[in-house]
Amino acid sequence: MFTVFRLAARSAWNRRFTLAMTLLSIALSVALLLGVERVRQQARADFEQSVSGTDLIVGARTSPVQLMLYAVFRLGGATNNISWSSVEMLRGQAAVAWAVPLSLGDSHRGYPVVATEPAFFTHFRYGDGRALVLREGRALADIFDVVLGAEVARALGYRVGDTLALTHGMSLAGPAHADKPFTVTGILQPTGTPVDRSLHITLAGMEAIHLDWVGGAPLPGLKIDAAHVKKFNLQPKNVTAVLVGLKNRAAVFRLQRGIAEYREEPLLAVLPGVALADLWQVVGAVERALLAVSAMVVAVGLAGLVATLLAGLNERRRELAILRAVGAGPAHVFCLLLLEGLAVSLLGILAGVALLDLAMLAGAPLVQARWGLVLAPQLLTLAELQWLGLVLGVSVLASLVPGWRAYRLSLADGLVPRI
Amino acid sequence: MTDAITLHDLRFRWRRDLPLCLDIPQLAVPAGARVFLHGPSGSGKSTLLGLLGGVLVPEQGSVTVLGQSLSALGSRARDRFRADHIGFLFQQFNLIPYLPVIDNVLLPCRFSHRRAGRTAAQGEPVAVAQSLLEALDLSPSLWQRDAASLSVGQQQRVALARALIGSPDILIADEPTSALDADRQQAFLDLLLSACEQGGATLLFVSHDQRLATHFTHTLSLAALNRAGSAEAA
Repeated sequence: MFTVFRLAARSAWNRRFTLAMTLLSIALSVALLLGVERVRQQARADFEQSVSGTDLIVGARTSPVQLMLYAVFRLGGATNNISWSSVEMLRGQAAVAWAVPLSLGDSHRGYPVVATEPAFFTHFRYGDGRALVLREGRALADIFDVVLGAEVARALGYRVGDTLALTHGMSLAGPAHADKPFTVTGILQPTGTPVDRSLHITLAGMEAIHLDWVGGAPLPGLKIDAAHVKKFNLQPKNVTAVLVGLKNRAAVFRLQRGIAEYREEPLLAVLPGVALADLWQVVGAVERALLAVSAMVVAVGLAGLVATLLAGLNERRRELAILRAVGAGPAHVFCLLLLEGLAVSLLGILAGVALLDLAMLAGAPLVQARWGLVLAPQLLTLAELQWLGLVLGVSVLASLVPGWRAYRLSLADGLVPRI
Repeated sequence: MTDAITLHDLRFRWRRDLPLCLDIPQLAVPAGARVFLHGPSGSGKSTLLGLLGGVLVPEQGSVTVLGQSLSALGSRARDRFRADHIGFLFQQFNLIPYLPVIDNVLLPCRFSHRRAGRTAAQGEPVAVAQSLLEALDLSPSLWQRDAASLSVGQQQRVALARALIGSPDILIADEPTSALDADRQQAFLDLLLSACEQGGATLLFVSHDQRLATHFTHTLSLAALNRAGSAEAA
């Protein structure tokens, strides 16, 4: 058997350029398959890490997934706001321990601005119940204070004490609130959640920059100086969403129903976990389609392997006949081809894993900056090993084809190939 | 044992719906003889070699090599028997192109314990192969080169070294000289005959070129032996 190994290796080396191309196509297809799977897993893990300790998210009536997406992930926009009286209603509920309102809609150079109360920093939890921690500076206190997420500070190079102007709406080129600059008072530790990409200001600050605005545009002729805003009533009239924590989680469904039946205003309360499950159901079909496509690409790669080995076989008939003459049996010939197919597949799989790791290492900063998705380098998971095992299994089956063909040829050719 | 090879009532056809390719009532090659088997192309030469090597199986009749009936052996045992006892030499393309010359020569030892053992009895296998190559006038500078880089004449001599290594009992040569030019033909034939004489191997030399027959102890004609006549065959 050792002879067959050596022969297979020498023979393959002799055809290394063709086989290298085949190997590359398998490597790329494996990298794609694993990549899709890995991004999927990481995206789910990231999403599930993003909020914990919040029992209900309350907002204007819309779909639960949409409310979840804009309140927690800053994705998409709110269709409607809810009035401040609803916030007070929530705070009046016996079951409610805390309720933190969020007001969204402004941005700074593409990063979303979250107006909230200082209590946000005490109640918000992510991952396995971890609290937000300031890396430097202090928490929100004054009207024009802003606390930056780690990624915002890193990408835009802000330090404590810097000033910045917010933009109305989410576009990069929207009208600026340049007349009322904010001062960076604190920068948060990285969390791996959307908080990293957010700028946090007070609700009063949000009110202040919109004092001289009506309907999304500055009021012509009216100009209220930053120094004078404190003379005005900065109590918000409405907010985008409210994060609610309960004293006792057992009350969650009763409270959810109560909120849904609130007479004064149409409200929606969602459980983050349930909304996420809904979200996975929506994206599950897309994920499966992606996975199916990448599985097909792997199949194409393996079909290429079979085609390459079969095409090479005709030129190798003499070689096989020589081996037969010196004593090789048809089984040796079969093993020779099987080994070659297996070796190319195995190397292709290993190269694919290496390729993916390199790509993720190189692409991780970009992906985090663009989509806030943290791609941590990782060892192969059990699920990935199962995928790789499946690919290897299919490649064994695929290699049986040229192996069987060689077996038949060597039986038919005998010692002299009948070419 | 007087005969190295005996055929009896041998019949073979490639497929059931094709006519008989070989129909040989009787053929005997005495042990130690150097037999010239004249066979024009199309007379079923390659088929006969396949039967003698145990690669093909007759439809009827028996092939006995060194007293062993091949039809009594399974296909793996026939492969082993071929590797153990028979050295083959073909017209051309005898070598694995991507293996170095020395590895080509040692190839039979990898598939046959018997020949590996016989080689080892003469010394270090690589050294034995080297001395064979040297005796066939192949310079050491060629030994590590890939077989494909050698001239046709050199390749035939490497193939002869491979057929001889481990001293097989029988050497079957199929037109080994026809790819060589005339003066090389004679030199190669001399090498082949003297090697068989030294090793005491039985030589079955198949060729269409009757002028070569004078160098052999026995001459047979496949056309006369084969009643199937002009069947299609390679």
